[in-house]
Amino acid sequence: MDFPPYYLDHIAGGRLIIGLIACLHVLINHPLAVGAYPLLTFMEWWAHKHNRPDIDRLAYRITFVVFIVTTSVGALTGVGIWLSTSLFAPFGIGSLLRIFFLGWFAEWLVFISEVVLIMWWFLSWKKADTPEKKRKHIKIGLALSIMSWLTMALIVAVLGFMMNTGDWSQSRAFLDAMTAPLYLPQLGFRTAFAFMTGAVFLWFCTYFFTKKDAAARAWMVERLSHVVLSSMMVLTFFGIWYWFRIPEAMRANQSVALLSMAFVQWKDKFAMLLGWTVGAFLLIAIGGLTVPRLIPRWALLIPTFMGIWLLGHFERAREFMRKPWVIAEYLYSNGVRKDEVRFLQSEGMLAHATYVKHHTVTPENHIEAGKDVFMISCSRCHSTTGINSVLDKFTRMYGPGEWNAGGMVSFLGTMHKTSTFMPPFPGNLAEKEALVSYILDLRKTREPLSGAQATGIRLSDTTSASSKP
Amino acid sequence: MTSMLFLANTPVPRDLTLPLPLPEGLLKTLLVIFFLIHILFVNLTVGGSLLVAIFEFLGFKNKKYDALALELAKTVTVNKSLAVVMGIGPLLCINLVYTVQWYGANALTGHAWLLIIPLIITAFLLAYLHKYTWHHWETGIAKRFHWGLVLTSTLLFLAIPFVFLANVNLMHFPSEWEKVKGFFSSLKVGNVFPRYFHFLLASVALTGLAGAGWFWRRIVVDHLDNGMSREELRRLFYQIAALATGLQFIAGPLLLFTLPAVGVTPLLYKIILPSAALGLVLFIVLLKKAKGPDENLGYGYIRLCVFFSVVVLGMGSGRHAYREASLATHQQQVRERTADYQNALTAWNEANPPSEEAEETPEQLFATCAACHAPDSKLVGPPLREIAAIYAGNPDGIVTWAMAPGKKRPDFPPMPPFSHLGPDKLRVIAEYILATAPK
Ligand code: HEC
Ligand code: HEC
Repeated sequence: MDFPPYYLDHIAGGRLIIGLIACLHVLINHPLAVGAYPLLTFMEWWAHKHNRPDIDRLAYRITFVVFIVTTSVGALTGVGIWLSTSLFAPFGIGSLLRIFFLGWFAEWLVFISEVVLIMWWFLSWKKADTPEKKRKHIKIGLALSIMSWLTMALIVAVLGFMMNTGDWSQSRAFLDAMTAPLYLPQLGFRTAFAFMTGAVFLWFCTYFFTKKDAAARAWMVERLSHVVLSSMMVLTFFGIWYWFRIPEAMRANQSVALLSMAFVQWKDKFAMLLGWTVGAFLLIAIGGLTVPRLIPRWALLIPTFMGIWLLGHFERAREFMRKPWVIAEYLYSNGVRKDEVRFLQSEGMLAHATYVKHHTVTPENHIEAGKDVFMISCSRCHSTTGINSVLDKFTRMYGPGEWNAGGMVSFLGTMHKTSTFMPPFPGNLAEKEALVSYILDLRKTREPLSGAQATGIRLSDTTSASSKP
Repeated sequence: MTSMLFLANTPVPRDLTLPLPLPEGLLKTLLVIFFLIHILFVNLTVGGSLLVAIFEFLGFKNKKYDALALELAKTVTVNKSLAVVMGIGPLLCINLVYTVQWYGANALTGHAWLLIIPLIITAFLLAYLHKYTWHHWETGIAKRFHWGLVLTSTLLFLAIPFVFLANVNLMHFPSEWEKVKGFFSSLKVGNVFPRYFHFLLASVALTGLAGAGWFWRRIVVDHLDNGMSREELRRLFYQIAALATGLQFIAGPLLLFTLPAVGVTPLLYKIILPSAALGLVLFIVLLKKAKGPDENLGYGYIRLCVFFSVVVLGMGSGRHAYREASLATHQQQVRERTADYQNALTAWNEANPPSEEAEETPEQLFATCAACHAPDSKLVGPPLREIAAIYAGNPDGIVTWAMAPGKKRPDFPPMPPFSHLGPDKLRVIAEYILATAPK
């Protein structure tokens, strides 16, 4: 990667931060936007048709909550995924934008319409006081529901593409991402998930807004139970489809072709979580249909948390399948392209890097040079002493005693084969040795490493960077 | 000049090699257009929020301003959402056209850049809280607290563009990057503060102009119902716009003359000076309207808006011209460096085609295992001597193990599986181990 390295010493490549923002975004977007909008629109329509102002009022109140959350935390975490990725992996997001500009552009237009529609829908609700206006108003809700689903459908395509580039290297077409083997089961899974959790969210809100209104509450609980039941069945179907499709998708990704132990564990856990989640939602739905009065408010939190857990676990699959890559078979997660690896192994990565103190390793500078090597080739995934730290990783391999420098150098030569989720080491022998010196020194000093955002960039003062090819 | 001193150490990184999705010129045009749309809503949000805070404060003494503040607050919560969504377009374009400089500046101000997200979320939630508690917290201490809400969200709305501006400013001057150590030190580069004041005044001027239109509509004025007439309202907002536009004649020259020389070209003056002249006309007309009789307020609004748009377009283009000129050399160097690197890479790859055989020698295949298995000593796994003793005459045993290793030695970590190498290669390795291991 030839960008100033943004780096947080204890959190490493920022997977944690990007991951947290992304999870928050999905957890708002799926239930509150994709799931809730159509359900609320349905409520509005039904209330209008059967002349039930109480149901309309309830829908309005829930929409207020949805409006506040989606236009603040929801919208901004979406932007946040982007900003944080552009800090931690500018090469990745930069390349994806070039490949997928039109997809992203379309996504932007859909997003604009989504925001405009939710504001229009919510802010004009009370003004729709005649049947004609009301009918028009319901149509806004319908358009909003479609747009928010489309947003998700486009995003899932981008995610799918990152896992499996398929024929992209030949066609470079957005459509290929849509036809990737995991696309349909993923989209179906997410849609069903959105409806299921969205219904539970509405249910939860209903308890707060219908304290004095038993009729509206009964109406809601019965219908929401049906929604939960049917979307749960759809979820199970797509979940199983996904589960079966994954090994196939992984095989397409050459270097992760092995079903590593971690992945087998993932798969088993996914099956288990799917079972428990479906069970929890089933229980709630059946309860809602038979003994609605006996279901306490907190009971709704159980399936919700199970659902969050399931989705979190579901999202982790991407990491397994993608691990050494940002864009499969093209760009590794440390920003090195596949076609560069052998060249850099022969010529050295430092010789061609810009934001480094030294372009060649010498006996005097080897620890300092090793620091830059670490920054370039490991820092996107490992920290020095914090989360997923290199020291811990080597300790796991070599134990707490003396570490054999020669063994470490030889590990670097084959790291992508012994641990297939790592990219190959993109440098020459001297750089391997420098990195090992740095790691051994780090083990003694545990000196924190800071990124460009704190201590600035390191440039070589011997050569002006432009004179180097 | 200080920037010359650092020229020797300008970072000239390699760019991404994927082609741009659209012609560069088109992307740059889109960048300017999308940016102006975005900044329109940002201006209305920032200026609007500021005026709400002021009006609500005046409302403590005079209730009519309180009602006005509420009406204005309702527009802010809409504009702020549009500001965010419309921001994606220019971000898309700037990422593509100035990849190296933009991401570089982002990384150098990283913490502040990331902090933008929670700051905006907080500002938005406060703005909602402020708007929806208006009729609940109307008197006494509650009202003061209520005012505190809009004050806080306004301060946040003022801070957020500052971070963006700092990034936009920093990306112009890669030659200065080596001096930058964190967000605050990045403020010493270029001329962030004049840029910021220019932006702030534009926000107030635009909000004034927009207010003069919005509060001219009968439906809004009827709804407002605070005793202020359409004329009175329009005059007030014209006054605000005139004041801010007048102050631009201090902020504007300040901005122009503090621009680092690298990007200042005759073209820049050719764009900026006529726009400024038009700005002067605008200022005079605004002043006349604000001071003149009520009859004059009824017409000429659209013309003012057109004037204003042309001035803004001029300023936007001026900014772009400055960016282009200040980055021309750097862009060229980056292009050359990227091309040189690509050529060297292609030449090397052609001269050294990947040779399957070289990787296939037993010794090289064994390198995969050598990281953990040494002939005579324990590395991660047991030494080869021990392995050879267990599997003497049984290479297939090693293959079976390596395909799916079990857990045998309690004090060793588990060995990862090597099924991806396939039984054939593992068999070669196994034979190599048995043949070379010390007995
Ligand atoms: C694509 C991200 C990525 C990059 C880049 C990366 N690693 Fe790793 N590395 C991982 C992951 C994931 C693991 C496994 C973590 C676990 O199992 O806890 C790992 C494991 C390791 C281990 C332990 C191996 C084992 O078999 O137990 C070592 C040692 C290691 N990495 C060192 C490095 C070094 C040194 C670099 C830089 C040259 C590097 N890694 C680059 C992701 C990466
Ligand atoms: C990441 C480090 C690592 C790598 C790389 C590695 N091994 Fe191992 N190996 C181990 C460990 C640790 C053990 C001990 C496991 C145990 O006993 O639980 C082991 C044990 C073994 C054993 C002994 C099994 C027995 O029955 O006692 C064999 C044979 C073996 N490895 C073969 C290989 C081969 C062949 C390769 C290369 C394809 C390889 N190993 C690569 C770590 C590694």
